[in-house]
Amino acid sequence: MALTIKEVEHVAMLARLSLSQQEKETFAVQLGTILEYASTINQLNTDGVEPLDHILPVFNVFREDQVEPSAPREEILSNGPLIEDGQYRVPKIL
Amino acid sequence: MGKDYEVVIGLEVHAELKTDSKIFCGCSTAFGAEPNTQVCPVCSGFPGMLPVLNQKVVELAIITGLALNSKIPDYCKFDRKNYFYPDLPKAYQISQFDLPICMGGYLDIEIDGDKKRIGITRAHMEEDAGKLVHQGNITSTTFSLVDLNRSGVPLLEIVSEPDMRSASEARAYLEKLRAILLFAGVSDCKMQEGSLRCDANVSVRPVGETRLGARAEIKNLNSFRSLERAIEFEARRQIEAIEDGEAIIQETRTWDEDKQATRSMRSKEEAHDYRYFPEPDLPPLRISHEWVERLRTVMPELPDQAQIRLQESFGLPSYDAAILTLTPESLAFFDKCVELYPQPKMVSNWMMGELSRLLNQNNLEISDCRFGPAELARLLTLIDEGTISGKMAKGIFEDMFASGKPPDQIIAEKGMTQISDQDTLIKVIDEVIAANPTVVEDYRNGKEKALGFLVGQIMKATKGQANPGVVNTLLKERL
Repeated sequence: MALTIKEVEHVAMLARLSLSQQEKETFAVQLGTILEYASTINQLNTDGVEPLDHILPVFNVFREDQVEPSAPREEILSNGPLIEDGQYRVPKIL
Repeated sequence: MGKDYEVVIGLEVHAELKTDSKIFCGCSTAFGAEPNTQVCPVCSGFPGMLPVLNQKVVELAIITGLALNSKIPDYCKFDRKNYFYPDLPKAYQISQFDLPICMGGYLDIEIDGDKKRIGITRAHMEEDAGKLVHQGNITSTTFSLVDLNRSGVPLLEIVSEPDMRSASEARAYLEKLRAILLFAGVSDCKMQEGSLRCDANVSVRPVGETRLGARAEIKNLNSFRSLERAIEFEARRQIEAIEDGEAIIQETRTWDEDKQATRSMRSKEEAHDYRYFPEPDLPPLRISHEWVERLRTVMPELPDQAQIRLQESFGLPSYDAAILTLTPESLAFFDKCVELYPQPKMVSNWMMGELSRLLNQNNLEISDCRFGPAELARLLTLIDEGTISGKMAKGIFEDMFASGKPPDQIIAEKGMTQISDQDTLIKVIDEVIAANPTVVEDYRNGKEKALGFLVGQIMKATKGQANPGVVNTLLKERL
């Protein structure tokens, strides 16, 4: 079942996306199809099955509290589109 | 105002945990480095990077839980908290949602001599975000700069129950919590460096009402003073709004230090939809009873225990004990000083009086003090030995504070030794008696006040160095 336009607007707001009316209508249908497909899993009977927090039966994987060298600043910053004074320059968000 | 209102306060405190490296990578957590010099692909949120949990973070969190009387569950996990903000490179924060490391707990505060227990809801581990530096004027600028050095620094968020009823109770809670974290050795708690940060949830309701009113979450409280002022302002604002017939909306507000006012940032309904889900990159934790008990055995003395010790072993009033145990440094200073000069109340008086006055005036902590407990002990010994008067000691103390010089050196340099020698003093006393025949006559006729004048003249003649006790005894004898 398609999502309501309001639900699409809410998800778009959370994702900081600005959508046209046409896109909202398209995504309402597409997102509905995706959710419907995913909900197939609800057909399984999970009575008595413990909820799973992690897919592997692994616990307590730790590292020691030891400082390792950080990445060279120029190298790591080179991945950003705009750099100023050794920092990423981004649009102001308040 | 028609009705009486009560203000209801709960605090959310973020404490940076004292580790050398970050929570999920090996980058340093040291404060004050050049921007983006303590970053790597993990804490910069590069695609495909995997976090590995720093074991020390878990241990410090457990120690904090024990110090706050919390239950440490045998199982806990991390979750993703999703939101978009430029200081959060992954666009999600790794935090704990429904299964945190510490559940419940409490701490006790003292308000006007009465003990009050403040409940703790929970405490959970999470990673800190980076820092945004807004360029120029915050309203006119169009861009910000991002420094990710702080991204991935371990935090413990400690959430209280809405148990506080005034700004001063909130302050007392934060002071006590800070003392506990400092004594337990889990955080630096430097508010000015942001290693201890506080948000306050504030609502008001008519006295007698049991339901909670709509609350405002106040951010940007980076000192004890701004915490108190912001709560007082916010409570007043909400009461006035209700009196004017307005509804209080649940929202996030920020404390504006310049305007001494809170202002709205965003309303909660639209902002809080974090779509938490279990963090797939981190396996859950199993916390054994043995692990917790091992950490309990290395727990240092906590403020409440230290307060009891100060009252029982040294006979200090509870007020003194509470003040001296606000930081481990101040307790250590006291303990060392008393070891060298075993008069606890005298040491306490000097620490809470002269020392704390000078520290406050200069905006310093006791760890910044340029002399140590041994020098204070020596100064107090010199008073007892009669080398200096109590009044002279206060002047010397100020010099010690300013210069860091030991008391003996200051006394020698200034030639301030007190005169207790009887022959020297008798000579001066006789001169003063001879020079003031009328005053002497007044005293002999029963005018007690005249004695004070004569003592004053003797102190003047000795440049304040005469031992006042000896002068009084001798003067009365000579009259």
